[in-house]
This record gives sequence, C-alpha cells and structure tokens, in this order.
Amino acid sequence: MGMRICIVGCGAVGSLFAANLATLDDVEVWAYDLAREHVDAIDRDGLRLTGAGEVVGRLRATSDAGELPPCDFGIVATKAMHTDAAIAATKHAFADGCVATVQNGIGNEEVLARHVERVIRGTTFPAGKITAPGVVQWDVKGDTTFGPFEDSPAPFAEVQRLADACTRGGMPASAVEDARGPQWRKVIFNAATNPLGALTGLTHGRVCERPPLRKLASQLVDEGKAVADAQGIVLDSDPEELIDYAARPEVAYEHKASMLQDVEARRQTEVDYLNGGIADFGRKLGIPTPAHESIWALVKGVEASWMQ
Amino acid sequence: MTRVCVAGAGVIGSLFAGFLARVAEVTALTRREEHARALNDHGLRVSGRADFTSRLTAATTPDALPEPELVIVASKGGDVDTIASQLAGHWPAATLMTVQNGIGADEIVARHGAWRLLSSVTFMSGSRHADTHVEYVLDTATWIGPSRGTTPADAQAVAELIEASGLKAKAFDDLRPAQWSKLIFNATVNTVAALTGLRHEMPFARLDDDRDLGHLVRALMDEGKAVAAAAGVALDEDPWEMNVLATQRGFRHAPSMLEDVLARRPTEVDMITGSLVREAHRLGVPVPLHETMYRLIKAKELSWE
Repeated sequence: MGMRICIVGCGAVGSLFAANLATLDDVEVWAYDLAREHVDAIDRDGLRLTGAGEVVGRLRATSDAGELPPCDFGIVATKAMHTDAAIAATKHAFADGCVATVQNGIGNEEVLARHVERVIRGTTFPAGKITAPGVVQWDVKGDTTFGPFEDSPAPFAEVQRLADACTRGGMPASAVEDARGPQWRKVIFNAATNPLGALTGLTHGRVCERPPLRKLASQLVDEGKAVADAQGIVLDSDPEELIDYAARPEVAYEHKASMLQDVEARRQTEVDYLNGGIADFGRKLGIPTPAHESIWALVKGVEASWMQ
Repeated sequence: MTRVCVAGAGVIGSLFAGFLARVAEVTALTRREEHARALNDHGLRVSGRADFTSRLTAATTPDALPEPELVIVASKGGDVDTIASQLAGHWPAATLMTVQNGIGADEIVARHGAWRLLSSVTFMSGSRHADTHVEYVLDTATWIGPSRGTTPADAQAVAELIEASGLKAKAFDDLRPAQWSKLIFNATVNTVAALTGLRHEMPFARLDDDRDLGHLVRALMDEGKAVAAAAGVALDEDPWEMNVLATQRGFRHAPSMLEDVLARRPTEVDMITGSLVREAHRLGVPVPLHETMYRLIKAKELSWE
C-alpha cells in the first residue's frame, strides 16, 4: 500500500529524509519549506545529497501550504522555534495522518499536539548542511528512533509503518514503545555541550580537554539525568560517553557546536528547547536545575545583546 | 606623612604618584629599568582632569630608594605577591596600603612581612599614554580602611593626604562592608556582561519571565551575600539594589571585563570572581554559580590564545 509523506521544514535534516524517502516506489514525498530558492531548485532538478551518500530524490516541494494534499505522515524538521508556525500552516494535510518530529530539543511534541491528533516522538542523529539550493552535504549517517507521543499518540502500527519506510529508504529507523530515552540522551548531550561552545567560542574538543569546563558539562548532564529520572525515563546510553566519544580528534574535536555557529552568525539559538526545556521540566517536577537555568539566561542574554 | 613610595606604576600607581608628589616626597618602585630611568629623567606628566608634571625618584629595587612612611601597592592583582616578596625585609616601619580589585590583597602582602597594613579599593580611572604620561579620567574616590595593625585614624590620615593632593578619598572605620558590596556587584555584573556581550542595562534587573537575566544576576548576588554573611561582614549597600539603580539611571556602562573580552585581553576574573570563590571555599560556602561564571570566563580567554 502506497503512502504519502510530507517533510515540514526541508533544511539539512529534513532534506536527508525527503531525498532518501523519495527513492522508494511506494512513497510519494512532498516537502514544505519557506526558502523559495531551495524549493524551486528541488522542483526543477530534484533534491541531491552528496557526501555520506549520493542520492537524487524526485519530490514535490512548495512554500504554499495550501498546495499540500492529504498525507499519511508528516515529518517535522524545522528549527524548534518555528514548529508552531509550521504545523499551524500545514495541519490540514494531516487531518487523517500522523505527524512525527525529528527536531532538536524537548517540547516539540507538545507543540504539535496542539494542532494535530496523532503525534510521533522522534530523535535523529544524521546531520548535514545545505551547500546550494537543492543540494545538501550529508555529513553524518545515523539512526532514528520513533515512538508514540504519550499524551497524543499515533497508533503503534503507524509508527512502525513510518520507521519501516525510512529504513527501506536508507535512513535506518526503529519504532519503540517509549522513545523518550534516546531523545533525552540527545537533549542532555546537546544541552551540556552546545552552550559551552557558544558562550566560550571553543570547539567541542577544546571544551572537553579543559577539566573545569568538562566538569561543568558533567554538572549539566547530572541535572538533566535527574530530570529524566523523575519522569521514569531510562536513557538508552550515557550522555557522558557520547561527550567523550565526540571529543576524539577523528570524531568532532574541531566541531563548532550548532549553537556556536548560530551565535557567530547572530541567529536565534535553540537554547529554549535544550537548557530551557530541561529547566522547564525540572521546575514542573520539582527537580532543581540551577546550572541549566544559568546557562539558559546567559545565552538569552547573548541573543539580547544583538538588539542593543 | 611626607615620604610615599608607589610600588607598581601602572595607571593607578602613576595617578597616585603624580598627584601625591605635589604634597609629599614620592618615590616609585617599577618593574622595568627603562621605566625608572624615564621617570627620573623626565618626571611624570598628568593630563585630563588636571595638567601638571611631577618630579619623583624611581628605581627597580627598594635598596635604591629612601625608606618611606607609606607604601601604596598599586600593581594589578596578579603582581601583588611578586612586589610584596621584593619588599620583604625592607622598611619595617612603613605602612603598606593595597589598592587592588577584589579582596585579599592585604592578606597576600601580610605573608611577606610584619608591616602595618591598610586596605583600600579605588574607583578612579585613567589611561596610560607613556611611561611618563598618565591621563586622569574618572575622578571617583579611593576608599580606605584599617587592616593589620592600623586604626581608623591611620586610614583617615592617608585619606586626608590623598585629598590634599587633588584626588578623592574616603576613610572607613571598617572597609569591608563597602568593599564586599562592591565585590559582589562587580563579580556579578562584570562576568554576566562579559559572557553575554550586554552592557550593564535593563535586562540585568528584569524578572518578569522565568528566563530573564535578572534571576541569574540575583542568584549570583545571593551567593555572594551568603559568603559575606559567613565572613561576618554586614554589607553597606545591597548589591541587587545597586544593580537596579544603575540600570535605571541608564548609563549603559560597559563593565571593564566586557571591554577586556571585546579587546581579547586577559580579564581580572581571578581577582574579582576568583577572590570571592576563594573566600567561599575557605568559609565552606557553596558558590556553584560563581564557579560556573569563573570557568566560562577562563575558557573564553583560552579561545583567543
């Protein structure tokens, strides 16, 4: 049985899903994005991935949400601060479908559930960057985990159907009953490392080789773990290991965290959904997160300094 | 009091030396030989809020200078230990006055000799144009209080001498309440400004939303206040109120640590936040937020090395 999937937010990560899924005969792929040049190039030449995989996907891209037909699935891949606007514009396409998020941070599922009925929690590790309209450099391959969003769940069979399509398309994905573990592992990793790079200007490796800063990262990890624990979330692996692994010269020693790239380009960061997300959950659960709150306030201060 | 030695002739030391030479016999202890020679040959010119040239005697070792009654230790905080060790064994009858940012400079000096000590903190500022030329910019006061072996009357005598020279000074029976208020204020406002790039203005006092910066500012100040309380110091002004007032006045002051960061210079975080954290550790008071700020600033310095 064929299916129709719409990628909402066709940036680097959205493009990886879009192009790979478009190689399947039984999947019709649409992409919704506001970047006109990228959309026009995709419609004209297809969506090309280079690097970790060479793929050209044929799909329909549009900046006009009114053009979207009814879809079986949405995969939302916008920056976290654009979730609400993106799903508000496209929700009519998912009236009978399910919507998954593969975004950074926490709180995206809650936003989606305000607009659509069946939501899929998702976490993805592949990464890349748009190098030209219609062309995406695929930097890192990686797994994706999907699971029903507890408050507003998609049927598990549908979660499996989406994971199966992604896997067949070349984006390995698994469907699990509780997808919070992988998500919180990634959020804790990102929240413990991204802002330290953003605030100091240091690459990931240099953050980690300075013991006082590495200790601060651990403090952020510990607070994050306590907030995850209080929700009964079992992390699928230790964020500490991920931090040390990423610091290796052959992995991401020289990598500038996306938040540092945002700060250098004076773009709004995703701190609200990383440290802010952990702090918000902590407050609701009565778990103190002073380090996340401080880091959150400092990065918001950095953003505010651009307005001066 | 007629013989004063200024040890460390940077901006602050030069201002003291230049002005005090108008009312006292001033000598200067410098680090560099050519600096001493230039001062001996050409004197020291003060410009800006005043315009005159003073004569003084300078040298790089205490042996080459006459014994003073007052020594003003005016180096940057990191050099206090070096200067005090150089003075060890000299001038036992002199009173030494420290003038560094933060707290604890007088304790560093105390380890090197039995001199009588005064503690001070200065708010004046200037710019150094040459070894022999300093510009007087901000004419704010130097606050002086007794430390080891001195009385409020000793602090008062030095304050009067400084006032007579044309600079501003104020003596305190106990300097610590004012010094700690200023330290807690500085450790907070400087580091927050340096990390965010914000000048000291409205966001520092904003508490409307959970993520507003005022919460962090207040939490940092609360940590500092807990350290002051453990040290037995009753603050002279509430640092949070100083913060609110300063932001309301709308000066949009760029704290020195922000300027250092923008110019990619080493900051004074070791003397400011560092001295607060060291006191906190000594007293067993937890200061996790100040430790975080300290680590982030040190890391930021590293990023441009």
